[in-house]
Amino acid sequence: MKRIVIHMFLKPEPTVKDLKGLVESAGLTLDQLLEMYYEMSLIREFEEAIGAKYYEGKNPFNMASGPIRGEMHLSSGQEAVAVGVGSNLRKEDVVVSTHRPHHHAIAKGTDVRKLAAEIFGKSTGLCGGKGGHMHLFDKEVRFSCSGIVGASFPQAAGAAFAFKYRGEDNVAVAFAGEGAANHGTFYETLNAASLWELPLILVVEDNMYADSTPKSIALATPHHFQRAMSLNIPSYLVDGMDVIDVYLATRKAVQRARSGGGPSLIEAVTYRFRGHFEGDGQEYRERDEVEMWRLMDPITRLGNRLTKLGVEKERLEERRKKAKEKVDEALKFAEESPYPEPSTALTGVFR
Amino acid sequence: MKMKGISQAIAQGIAQEMERRNDIVVLGEDVTYWGAVFGFTMGLFDKFGRKRVVDTPITEQTFMGMAVGMASVGLHPVVSLMFVDFLGAGFDQMYNHMAKNHYMSGGQFPMPVTVITAVGGGYGDAEQHSQVLYGLFAHVPGFKVVVPSNAYDAKGLTIRALRDPNPVVIFGHKLLTGLPFLPYEGEEDEVPEEPYELEFGRAIVKTEGSDLTVASVGVMVHRAMRVAEKLRKEGISVEVVDLRTLVPLDEETLSRSVKKTGRLLIVDEDYMSYGMTGEVAFRIQSRAFRELKAPIQRLTVPDVPIPFSEPLEREVIPSEAKIEAKIREMVR
Repeated sequence: MKRIVIHMFLKPEPTVKDLKGLVESAGLTLDQLLEMYYEMSLIREFEEAIGAKYYEGKNPFNMASGPIRGEMHLSSGQEAVAVGVGSNLRKEDVVVSTHRPHHHAIAKGTDVRKLAAEIFGKSTGLCGGKGGHMHLFDKEVRFSCSGIVGASFPQAAGAAFAFKYRGEDNVAVAFAGEGAANHGTFYETLNAASLWELPLILVVEDNMYADSTPKSIALATPHHFQRAMSLNIPSYLVDGMDVIDVYLATRKAVQRARSGGGPSLIEAVTYRFRGHFEGDGQEYRERDEVEMWRLMDPITRLGNRLTKLGVEKERLEERRKKAKEKVDEALKFAEESPYPEPSTALTGVFR
Repeated sequence: MKMKGISQAIAQGIAQEMERRNDIVVLGEDVTYWGAVFGFTMGLFDKFGRKRVVDTPITEQTFMGMAVGMASVGLHPVVSLMFVDFLGAGFDQMYNHMAKNHYMSGGQFPMPVTVITAVGGGYGDAEQHSQVLYGLFAHVPGFKVVVPSNAYDAKGLTIRALRDPNPVVIFGHKLLTGLPFLPYEGEEDEVPEEPYELEFGRAIVKTEGSDLTVASVGVMVHRAMRVAEKLRKEGISVEVVDLRTLVPLDEETLSRSVKKTGRLLIVDEDYMSYGMTGEVAFRIQSRAFRELKAPIQRLTVPDVPIPFSEPLEREVIPSEAKIEAKIREMVR
């Protein structure tokens, strides 16, 4: 029954024959799929480990205490979106993310050790402890994010403008939630990007809730993609719990952008398994709904497909184990790293 | 060459840098045919075309955000904010991103962006088109704040801004633009044809004096100079200091002047409270307390919006008459 409800708006699970056809048409090899499985596992292990560590020293709950301070927005459940998009990108491409940025950063290739260290506020972190979890920057892989909702759209458009201006075939990707897409910057950026044919890909991660506000009471239609279509932007509504579906749409969008065709929009229907932020009482949704979506866990789903395609269970477990080891090592690195010198707080306002 | 007003000087500075470098792109509303309305981009469209001089849709938030994205991958955008009063529509991208990304990223992402905006009242444009608001920008860490009072400074400071790896906001006063549809309160200046840059954080003594120092920026510098000229004939010797940039602020030049005169009047077209006048007064009292013969005074827009009707507008924006009265009161 629960599965039936979900299948009303996501696609039915393919048979083995259709699955083989799908993988073939996507131009994907088993090794690539295994790599995606690893990447998604890495993100999940990272988020769950950060989630566990976050609550250390927070009983009673107090954001200022424990080894990780401040707010924490984790992405468990949304891995397929980040990896499906990220697998199509190069190091030179730009990604601008949101207040929920870890999965995007990892999928773009950020070193998880530096990422973890930044979240712990350590000197070895990406930004030397100045940014923290919501303000991650990694020039090495051209990744940035913002804690301000709706801010990613124009910034990615600016990078796309620069690529086009210089005649480079790089693309820029803006991630945002379905809540952020209600912001004026969404429509403004769609218009400008279409007008100037920018190599831009806007990815709306629809996880159904803007903080605590269900989509049903914040959006006048079920989706955003038709708003992009009204500005002549090719738009894809994809199953955000299916990495292959996200990958396929992104591949088309990236091809179009790299060849000078202009922007695309990808709207990925997905779900966050954890609260909007850690400590979220989640009064706005039923426990049953979360459990229902967990049946569509994108990592389990890809694992099942790989098994169907003949990959041994041990190979999957080995990938999962490797991911966990990498995360353990990253957190150890972060915890053991020194805090920044207090005096560095007074430097770096200006170049 | 002789030049009337800051607009032509700013546009010439941008053009000369654009000829030299491909990383500069100009964007904003009406930056082509209308030269950003107040002339700061005049002539650039003819020289560089639409590829480098880009009229944007009316979307301050988005073109400010685009400037952040452009700067993050190595361009140097020059963004026109037509009237500073419109900053409300784009300020998030400015103060939360443009001004902070270098710091937040631990120095990974410099933000070489030059924003040019028109400021000031005195021609009946009322509450939403007459403000100066540089105090808001100067308050947020991460912006350099430039307020040129003449064409020579405007060109040199603009070129300096275009070579700066940080966000710089240039506030051009509408009554100093030299455009035919506005009153003009400046002089004709000699402006070298070749490119040159002026350092930020260097105030300049415009008129020397010994009884009192007036510190100011923009159009108020000219009003203060005319008052100083008038009072000189009566034996009141006023020194006028043009601060030129508020961030960084040249405390040295100003405090040297105040130590000499013992009196300081700060004249500002911004709102009074929590603004430039309070900040400059604080810094100078801490450097020249012993030499002060009288409390530091200020003349600003009292804490009201800029009203429309001419007598009302005159009442709130510091005039020569008000500056004169204040000086007389202080040296009495």
